[in-house]
Amino acid sequence: MSDKQKKASAYWKENLRYLFILLTIWFAVSYGAGILFKEALDTIQVGGFKLGFWFAQQGSIYVFVILIFVYVRLMNKLDKKYGYDE
Amino acid sequence: MSVQMWTYILVGITFSIYIGIAIWSRAGSTKEFYVAGGGVSPLANGMATAADWMSAASFISMAGIIAFAGYDGSVYLMGWTGGYVLLALLLAPYLRKFGKFTVPDFIGDRYYSKTARLVAVLCALLVSFTYVAGQMQGVGLVFSRFLEVDMTTGVIIGMIIVLFYAVLGGMKGITYTQVAQYCVLIFAFMVPAIFISFQMTGNPIPQLGMGSTLNDGSGVFLLEKLDGLSTELGFDAYTSGSKSMIDVFAITLALMVGTAGLPHVIVRFFTVKKVKDARKSAGWALLLIAILYTTAPAVSVFARTNMIDTVNNKPYAEMPEWFSKWEITGLISFEDKNGDGLIQYVADKNINELKVNRDIMVLANPEIANLPAWVIALVAAGGLAAALSTAAGLLLVISSSVSHDLVKKVFKPDISDLGELWVARGAATVAVIIAGYFGINPPGFVAAVVALAFGLAAASFFPAIVLGIFYKKMNKEGAIAGMVVGISLMIFYMLKFKFGLFDGGKSAVEGLKSDWWFGISPEGFGSVAMLLNFMVSIVIMRFTPEPPIKVQKIVEDIRIPSGAGEATGH
Repeated sequence: MSDKQKKASAYWKENLRYLFILLTIWFAVSYGAGILFKEALDTIQVGGFKLGFWFAQQGSIYVFVILIFVYVRLMNKLDKKYGYDE
Repeated sequence: MSVQMWTYILVGITFSIYIGIAIWSRAGSTKEFYVAGGGVSPLANGMATAADWMSAASFISMAGIIAFAGYDGSVYLMGWTGGYVLLALLLAPYLRKFGKFTVPDFIGDRYYSKTARLVAVLCALLVSFTYVAGQMQGVGLVFSRFLEVDMTTGVIIGMIIVLFYAVLGGMKGITYTQVAQYCVLIFAFMVPAIFISFQMTGNPIPQLGMGSTLNDGSGVFLLEKLDGLSTELGFDAYTSGSKSMIDVFAITLALMVGTAGLPHVIVRFFTVKKVKDARKSAGWALLLIAILYTTAPAVSVFARTNMIDTVNNKPYAEMPEWFSKWEITGLISFEDKNGDGLIQYVADKNINELKVNRDIMVLANPEIANLPAWVIALVAAGGLAAALSTAAGLLLVISSSVSHDLVKKVFKPDISDLGELWVARGAATVAVIIAGYFGINPPGFVAAVVALAFGLAAASFFPAIVLGIFYKKMNKEGAIAGMVVGISLMIFYMLKFKFGLFDGGKSAVEGLKSDWWFGISPEGFGSVAMLLNFMVSIVIMRFTPEPPIKVQKIVEDIRIPSGAGEATGH
């Protein structure tokens, strides 16, 4: 494998690691908190919201937005590290 | 000034802006027509994507659906936003790096096959046509209620406007009109929501108002009151819902994956300059969408509580003006079953006397809350912006599928750039006319099919694209088999359980519910069909030849963000 290829596959591995972490959070807030564990979380009341219901109709969406911007930041850094930025 | 006067003024102003932009941003080449020349800034693209994405369904119907479904409505909120995370992380940057004009372009090149391209074109057309008819209906609805012209005239006016800027400007015209339309629609959605939130809870931020106590000094939380009212009338508690957990899970997944696989959303990411910009504009798009999507559930709670308070057990003769206005359109109907002159609104179908169409909740909300005339008119302009922007985006996908993927890539490869541009314009014109026809004469199944369009996109495009990027060895045999099996199964399930085609027609649909596979509704079945698509692709791939080295090199190349160059059609 040439240096160029090595660099590319190292970059790809780090990228996949980020994807795995971010998508785990993505799954946890929507399918986890908003659906699978909704009943249990609903026993916790925050202001006028039951927590599970809040995650399903509000919280998960806020987290989604944050996830994408975190991804943008991480990838910009990663691009720089490997000299793929332009 | 009357509501109607205000509506004429606001709709007139916004339409002149759209036409002005169309003239200013005419497309001169296919590249401008398909991808706006490829130089759109991430924020502008984010705004355009948001307007493109938020259709008449998001603006007009969604809050109404949630108002009646309560917690069950969460599937739309999570499904239609969570898809952007998938889009941003798994698709947009790579497709931008790939640098072509359309989704079938990617499928065709990545899977080195005309068959794959044709399957993709068919899927794109199927998804887009069902979707666009729904938009035209939305335009007709707004016109007929607010400008008191009939539905047909309304749809025709809408058609002319869309035709004007989509045909003239292509993607370039559409992009900048969508930026303007985003501003109009978000303003129109937020203003009444803020008014009502303040009115009901004293908190002007709807997202917080939803979880606050009522303004009447009782100290009761709004959601608590609504849960109480709902159960009292025999409905499920608002915050609990009635769908099974597995179905909620499946529908959410189908909508998320479907969103990420919708061609008119994906192509928006071909319009930015660099891979970096594609990622960033996905972030902007979701942020701008989230403003509406976190407000909508609050609007649902306000509207539902207001409606029950206004109508239940109140004398029919004392109903406010908006009630009779909506009665004329047939979207509210009252039948005094027990002859007491009062409106009984309950869950029990035999006693219930009031039928309310879910679509009017957002449109009627400002009137129910007694807001000033200009706010009511603003909602009309916003609804039109939402419907028109999405219709235009879809028409572009339809026209580029025909002119680029069929004519240029399959039937007449030697066509000149200018010739292709005219074919694209012709195809857009024909598509507008067909969409308008369905808007005026909606086949009963349009609304149902729009929801299922996501299932179709999930079952076909998403696995093929993701595997194309993340699985270098995926070959054409696997991808084609996966797409065909996925979309066929989805269509079969839809016909069987949504239309009752094999069991004696629509009337059989209710009875078939107990036969649903794994207890999953047709709306959620796209997630099962998607999984099957993945499995079939991978199994078939194992028994068929590897993709050519050249294709594997392409995959390696799209994984590296630098050197994206400009989108090309060649």
